[in-house]
Amino acid sequence: MRRLARALAALLLVLGAAPAAAQGILNLYCSAPVEWCQVMANGFQAASGIHVAMTQKSTGEVLAQMRAEAANPKGDLWWTGQADAHLVAAEDGLTQEYRPAALDDLEPWARQQWTVSHGRAVGVAGLAVGIGFNTEILAKRRLAAPRCWADLLRPAYRDEIQMSNPNSSGTAYTVIGILVQAMGEDGAFSYLQALHANVNSYPRSGVAPTRAVARGETGISIGFLQGFAAEKQAGFPVETVAPCEGTALAVDSMSIVRGARNIAAARRFFDWALSPEAQALTAKAGQLHLPANRKAPPPPGTPDLATAKLLDYDFARFGRGAERARLLARWDAEVGSRPR
Amino acid sequence: MRHVAPAWWWVAAAVGATVLPWHMQQAGLGLGDLRAFAAADPDAASAAAQAVLHGRFWFWPVLAALAVGAVGSLPPGLARPRRGALLFAGGVLGLLAVAAQGFAVGIAGWTTPRLASLFGPLDDRQFGIGLGGCVAVLGFLFQATDGLALRGAFKGDRFTAGAVGLLAFSILVFTVWPMATILAEAFAGRGDLGPLAAFAERAADRKVWGMECVSSGRSCGVAWNSLALAIATATLATLLGLCFALIVTRTGFRAKRALRLLTVLPIITPPFVIGLGLILIFGRAGVVNQIVEAVTGSQLGRWIYGFQGVWLAQVFSFTPTAFLVLIGVVEGVSPTMEEAAHTLRASRLRTFLTVSLPLMRPGIANAWLVVFVESLADFGNPIVLGGSFGVLSTEIFFAVVGAQADFGRAAMLALVLLAFALAAFFLQRAVLGRRSYVAVAGKGDGGLATPLPRGIARAAFAVAIPWAILTIVVYAMALAGAFVKVWGRDWTPTLDHFRRAFDVTPTADGGFILSGLAWNSLGTTVTLAAIAAPVTAALGILASWILSRQRFAGRFALEFALMLTFAVPGTVIGVSYILTYNVPPLEITGTGVILVACFVFRNMPVGVRSGMAAMSQLDRSLDEASATLRASTTRTLARVILPLLKPAILTALVYSFVRAMTTVSAVIFLVSAQHEMATVFIINRVINGDYGVSIAYSAALIVLMVAAIGVIHLAVGRRRLGRRAAAPAPLVPAGGRV
Repeated sequence: MRRLARALAALLLVLGAAPAAAQGILNLYCSAPVEWCQVMANGFQAASGIHVAMTQKSTGEVLAQMRAEAANPKGDLWWTGQADAHLVAAEDGLTQEYRPAALDDLEPWARQQWTVSHGRAVGVAGLAVGIGFNTEILAKRRLAAPRCWADLLRPAYRDEIQMSNPNSSGTAYTVIGILVQAMGEDGAFSYLQALHANVNSYPRSGVAPTRAVARGETGISIGFLQGFAAEKQAGFPVETVAPCEGTALAVDSMSIVRGARNIAAARRFFDWALSPEAQALTAKAGQLHLPANRKAPPPPGTPDLATAKLLDYDFARFGRGAERARLLARWDAEVGSRPR
Repeated sequence: MRHVAPAWWWVAAAVGATVLPWHMQQAGLGLGDLRAFAAADPDAASAAAQAVLHGRFWFWPVLAALAVGAVGSLPPGLARPRRGALLFAGGVLGLLAVAAQGFAVGIAGWTTPRLASLFGPLDDRQFGIGLGGCVAVLGFLFQATDGLALRGAFKGDRFTAGAVGLLAFSILVFTVWPMATILAEAFAGRGDLGPLAAFAERAADRKVWGMECVSSGRSCGVAWNSLALAIATATLATLLGLCFALIVTRTGFRAKRALRLLTVLPIITPPFVIGLGLILIFGRAGVVNQIVEAVTGSQLGRWIYGFQGVWLAQVFSFTPTAFLVLIGVVEGVSPTMEEAAHTLRASRLRTFLTVSLPLMRPGIANAWLVVFVESLADFGNPIVLGGSFGVLSTEIFFAVVGAQADFGRAAMLALVLLAFALAAFFLQRAVLGRRSYVAVAGKGDGGLATPLPRGIARAAFAVAIPWAILTIVVYAMALAGAFVKVWGRDWTPTLDHFRRAFDVTPTADGGFILSGLAWNSLGTTVTLAAIAAPVTAALGILASWILSRQRFAGRFALEFALMLTFAVPGTVIGVSYILTYNVPPLEITGTGVILVACFVFRNMPVGVRSGMAAMSQLDRSLDEASATLRASTTRTLARVILPLLKPAILTALVYSFVRAMTTVSAVIFLVSAQHEMATVFIINRVINGDYGVSIAYSAALIVLMVAAIGVIHLAVGRRRLGRRAAAPAPLVPAGGRV
C-alpha cells in the first residue's frame, strides 16, 4: 500500500507538469486532415516564431470539447471545421470577435461568414456539394450517369445511392439545406422521400459514402466534389457532377476561442491563415479545397466550378440551432423512419 | 503494514497540507519548489502558508481536521477504540474539508452565487489541487481507515481497511463523480421544460424504443438493436472462446501455441482494421462476392452492412476476450474431480457434461457478461459496418459530436445502455447463485486434465478451425493494406506507408531526427500504457481479493460501482471526464494523468472479473492455513494467493496494456497536443481515407504489443499447481487432430 501511494505520487509528479508557460505559444484546435493541420502549424511557426501546440479533431468533437471547457478554455484558436458549427459556437458565446486584415480580399462566401457571425468567424476554405459515381459499376449495370438532383430518382438507380445520415453528418445536413434552398422546403422533403426508395443506406459518418463509391460498395454517392476528386486522384474510378439545379459551397471557418490565453498569437494566426501564402499551403497538403483569398490560386485537380450553378446558401438560417433541430426532426419523421 | 504506526498517515497528511505546494504548478515542479511553506506566490504555497500568510481562509478547516487527527496520533495514553475514533474523525473531516473548499472556491472566486450572497464577495481564486493536495488527501484517507481498523472494523486488519478505503475512494473520484456530472445532463431543462419533463421526454423517445421492425419494414429503436446485437455477440463469442480454451487445455492439438496467438490477435488490433478487412472479403466489391458472381452469375449484394456484418465483426473482436477470461478457469478445473467421476464409471461425455462444464460455469458466465458489455459499448465496428443500422453507442457519439450536439440526449441514451449492462450483471449473479466452484484446494492435487470426449472435441475443432482460418484471412487482407499502394485498388507492393510513418532522418552532426508522422503518438502511447497496465492490474486484483474474501458493509455497492465504468461506453466516459476534470478542484485535462486514470478505471473490471473467477476456485482453507501459521494478511496475499492467481494477473496486465494502446472512443476526447494517442492518430488517418499509413501503423503496433505480451508472460511466469505434466506421448484420442 505504501509503495502504491509512493508510485501514485511519483506518477503525479511526472505527468502532472501542466502545459508549459504560455509565452510564444498557440494552442490550435484543427478539424482538417492531419497533414494539412501539420503543414499550417509548421508554416505559422516558421513565419512567426510562435510555437504551435496542435490538436486535431473532427468538427463535432472540437465543438463538444469547447462546450465542456467553456469555463476554463484550453484552446486559443479553432481553424477549419464546418461553418455552421462555427456559427453555433459564435451563437453560444464560445468564440470572440476579430476583424482580419485580409477581409477585403476574401471571396464573398468567406466574408459572408464574418458578417453572419457578427465578426466571430471567417471562412478559410470551401467545398462544393455534389454527386459522385463509380464509372465501373455504372458501366457494368449499363446505367447512365446522373447530371441533376432529379436524375437520382430514376427507378434504375434503386439501391445504388448512398448519403450519410444528417443527424450525425454535417455533410448530409448541408445537402438538405441546399435542397431546401433549391426546391423549397416541401419540395425538398418530397424529393428526399422519393430518393429514399433508391438509397441503400444512410451511414452515420459523413465520409463513408465517398469511400463506398470509390471502392464500388455503392454506385452513386452524395458528398463533397473535392472528396470524390481526391479518391479519383488516388486511382479509383470516380467521376463528379455538380447537379444542374444548383449546388452550394460548404465553408470551413476559423474562430478565436473566447477567453483564449494567448490572444495575441491567436490574432496573428488569424491574419496569417488568410494571407495568400498560407492559403497556397492547401495544395501543398494535398487538399483540393477552394481558397478563401481571391489572390491565392485554386489547387490543381480541384473540380472546375466555373460552369456550375452556385446557390447563395443561407448559412444564417441553416446554422441556427432551432432551425437545424426542426429540419432534422422533419427528416426523421418523413424520410429516415419510413420503410423502403 | 502492521509495523507502520498509524501516525505515519497523519504525518503524510500534515506534510501535504503544510510543506508541499497545494495547487498544481503550471511549469511543473523542481526540487526546490517542494518546500512551499513560505512561498511568496500564494498559488505556489502550501495550504497552511496560504491560510496564514495569504489570507486564504478556506484552508482553516483542513488544518483543524489535522489538529483532530494529531490528538489521535499522539503516543500512548489513549485506549485503542478512542484513538481509532479520533483518527477516523480527523481523516473524514480532512477529506470533507478538502472537498468543500475545492468545490466552493474556483478559478473565479465563489463557484455559486449562493455562496457569494452567504459569505460576501471574494476577490481571490484558486486552481486545481496538486502534489500537496494529493498527499494530504491520501494521508487523510488512510488515517481514517486505520482509525476504523483500530476500532475493530474489518476484523481489525489495517491492510484490508486501507485497501477497501483506497478502492472506494478512487471509484468515487474517477467513476461516480464523472457519472453524476454527465447524468445531471439527462435532467437538464430544455426550453420551457423543467428537469423532470425534459427527462421524461428524452426517455420516451421513439427512436430509442420503437418496435416498428417487428410489424413493418421500418427500423427498430436503437435500444432494441443494441440489446439484440449484444446478446447474439456474447453468446457466439463465449461459445467460440470456450472451444478455443478447451482445445488449448484439453487436447493434443499440435498448433496450440499458434492458436493461442491467433486468438489474441484481434484484441491487439486497433479498431476499424477488422471491419475494413471484412469489407474487402465480404463487401459488395469484395473477394467472396466477385467469386460467387463469376461462378453463379448472381450477386450477394450488401448483406455485410447491417446487423449481420456488425455481429460478425464483433464476434471476431471479442472471442479473444472471452477466451482470455475462460482459459484461466478451464485450466483451474481440478482433474481430481474428473478422475473421481471416471472411477465411478461415468463416461467421458457424462463427466464433461456433469462435472467439468458445471465447474466452468463462473468462467462462462463471466465471459458472457464481459463480452455482452463490450458489445454494448463497441463503437468501431458499428460505425464501419452498420450502414443504416444504429446502436446506442454510435447514437451517443453522434448525439455529442454530430449535427444535433445534444448532451441531454446522449446522457439519456447512456442511461439506457447502463441499464442493460446492469441487468446482465444482476442476471449473472442470480444464475451463479451462492454455489461453490472450488477446484483448487490445499490438498494434494494429482491427476491429468482429462482429454475432451471425442464428440465434444470434434465439435470444438469443427467450430474453431474454420474460425481460425477466417481470422487469418481477414488479417492477411487487412494487413496487406500496409504493403500496397492503394488498398482495394492498386495492389502494387510498396513500403512507402511505413516510410511516411516511421521515417528517421539523419542530421549533419551525426544525430538523427524522428521525422515520421507516427513517432510522437507512439512514444506517448507506449509510455502511458506501460504506466497504466501495472496500476490497473494491481487495483483490479486487489479489488477481486477484497470482493471475494472480505465481508463488509457496502461490499455489493463496491462491486456494482466497479462494473459501472466498464458498462458505460467510452464516449460518455470521455465527455464526462472533460466535464468533470476541466475545472478545479481536480483539474487534470490536458495532462497524461487523465488518460492514465481513464485507462485504469475502464479496464480494471476485466482484472476484477478474471481475478474473482479464479479466486472462486481457490479454497478458503488456504488463507486460513496461512493465517493459522500467523502470517499477516499482506504475507498471505503475497505468498499464497498471488502465486495462485498468476493467470488472472497475466490476463489483467495484458488486457490493460493492450486496451490502453487500442481504445479509441474515450480517449478521443482526452488527447491534447502534448499527449496524442496512437489510436486517435490512426482513426484520423482512416477518416481521411489514408488507409496505407493507418494500417502500416496498426501493423507496427501489433508487433509491438505481441512483443510486450511476451515480456509480460516472462515477467509474471506460470502458476504451478503441482499437477503431473502430460507424458511426452499424450493419451489423446485419434480425434485430437481432425
